[in-house]
Amino acid sequence: MDGPPKGGFSFDLCRRNEMLVKKGLKGPSFLKTGTTIVGLVFKDGVILGADTRATEGPIVADKNCEKIHYIAPNIYCCGAGTAADTEAVTDMVSSQLTLHRYHTRRESRVVTALTLLKSHLFSYQGYVSAALVLGGVDVTGPHLHTIYPHGSTDTLPFATMGSGSLAAMAVFESKYREGLTEEEGVKLVAEAIRSGIFNDLGSGSNVDICVLTKSGKKYLRNYEMPNPRTYVSEKGYSFTKKTEVLMTKITPLREKVEVIEGGDAMEE
Amino acid sequence: MSIFEYNGSALVAMVGKNCFAIASDRRLGVQLQTIATDFQKIYKIHDKLFIGLAGLATDAQTLHQRLVFRHKLYQLREERDMKPETFASLVSAILYEKRFGPYFCQPVIAGLGDDDKPFICTMDSIGAKELAKDFVVAGTASESLYGACEAMFKPDMEHEELFETISQALLASVDRDCLSGWGGHVYVVTPTEVIERTLKGRMD
Repeated sequence: MDGPPKGGFSFDLCRRNEMLVKKGLKGPSFLKTGTTIVGLVFKDGVILGADTRATEGPIVADKNCEKIHYIAPNIYCCGAGTAADTEAVTDMVSSQLTLHRYHTRRESRVVTALTLLKSHLFSYQGYVSAALVLGGVDVTGPHLHTIYPHGSTDTLPFATMGSGSLAAMAVFESKYREGLTEEEGVKLVAEAIRSGIFNDLGSGSNVDICVLTKSGKKYLRNYEMPNPRTYVSEKGYSFTKKTEVLMTKITPLREKVEVIEGGDAMEE
Repeated sequence: MSIFEYNGSALVAMVGKNCFAIASDRRLGVQLQTIATDFQKIYKIHDKLFIGLAGLATDAQTLHQRLVFRHKLYQLREERDMKPETFASLVSAILYEKRFGPYFCQPVIAGLGDDDKPFICTMDSIGAKELAKDFVVAGTASESLYGACEAMFKPDMEHEELFETISQALLASVDRDCLSGWGGHVYVVTPTEVIERTLKGRMD
C-alpha cells in the first residue's frame, strides 16, 4: 500500500517502461534548462546570474523561469540541465541545511552545501543531471564553486555553466579582474548572461541576478528584460461567432461560513 | 512513435480575472484508432481545484487515483482542502519519486487559492514545475496550442470571454492534430460557481 512519504526514488515502473521502449515506443523528453548560468567573486562577495528560458526539445516551454535557487539565506545556486533534477537537488540540500542550522545554531557554510550536493550527484553516477554554480558568503568569506552532474567540483574566481557557458566565458575571460566593485560586477555578470541569451539558442529572455555579500543578499529578479513582446495587438482577439456548445452544467459553490469556536452559543 | 502519442490528448488552462478555465479534448485512441469520444482527461480534486492529465491514459488514471487518495488523507488530517500551490508540490513530489521510471503523464493544474487568486501550472513527466501567469498547455497538440494561446490570450478576461477564448484556442489547435479532437470539455471556475461545458467539434 502506498502511504505518504517514504523518501528515495521508486523504480516500480522501470521494467514496464523498458519493455515499452523495446517495443519501439520512444521514451519521454524532459524539461531542460538550455541555460546560461554564471557566477563571479567581487570585492565583498559573490554575484550569480542566469537567463530565464526553459526548453523542451526545440520548443520554448517557459519564457520566464527561475534558475537561481535558494539554498540558505547566505547561499544561492544556479542550476542547468534537467529542470526537475536541479529543482529537486537544490530543494533537498536546502532542507538538510535548514535542519543542520537548527541543530548547530550557526550560519550554514558554502562547503557544507557543496559536499551535500556533490555526494548526492556522485552517488547517482551522473544520472541525476544537474550542473550547478554554487555561490555564497559565510564566516570564512566568499566562495564560488561549479558542480558537474557526475559530482566533480571546481573552486573558481569566475565560472560559467550550461549550453551558453562558452559565450559567457568569452566575456569573463576578456573583462574579469580581481577586486571588482559591486556595480562593476553586476554589469559584467549581466553582460555575460546577455552574451548567452543572444548567442546561444538554448538560452533566452531575461537576466536574473543575485548579489551575496557579508551584509545580506539582493535577489534582482528580471534585472534586465532585453526581449519584451512586441507583437501583441492592443485590442486583442475577439470572436464574432459563439462557440458551439452541446451541454452546459452550472454548479453553484457553497459559501464558506466562519464558525467561531469557544462561544457560549450552546450554553443555556 | 513516442509513448506520449499513444492515446493522444490536448490540454490547456488559462487565467482570467478572479477566475480560471481548464479545457481538454475528448478523444481516447490507440494510435490512429479511436476507442472513445467521451473520455475525461480533467479531474476534479475539490470544488476549486482541477487537474488535467495528458499522456498515456493508463498512467493518467493511476496517477489520478493516487492523487485523490493523498488529498483525502490531507483533508482528514488538516480538516481543509489543499491550496493549489500545495497540491502542485504534491504532484511534483509524486512524479519525481519515479525519476528513473516515470509515469508517462504531463499534468496541468488549475485552481483558485486564498482570496480567489487563480493559479495555473504544468509539469513534465518527472515533476519539473512550470508556473505561468497567463496560460499553460500539454499533450500531443501542445505546439499548436502554444501558437493559438499566444495569439488569442489577453490578461484579465471575465469568465464569459475566457470561455470563448479557451474554447476557440482548443478547437483551432486540435484540428491541426490527428491524435486529439472529437470536441472538448471546458471548465470555467469563478469564486461562486463552476461552469462545465461540452463543445461540439469536428468528427474526423
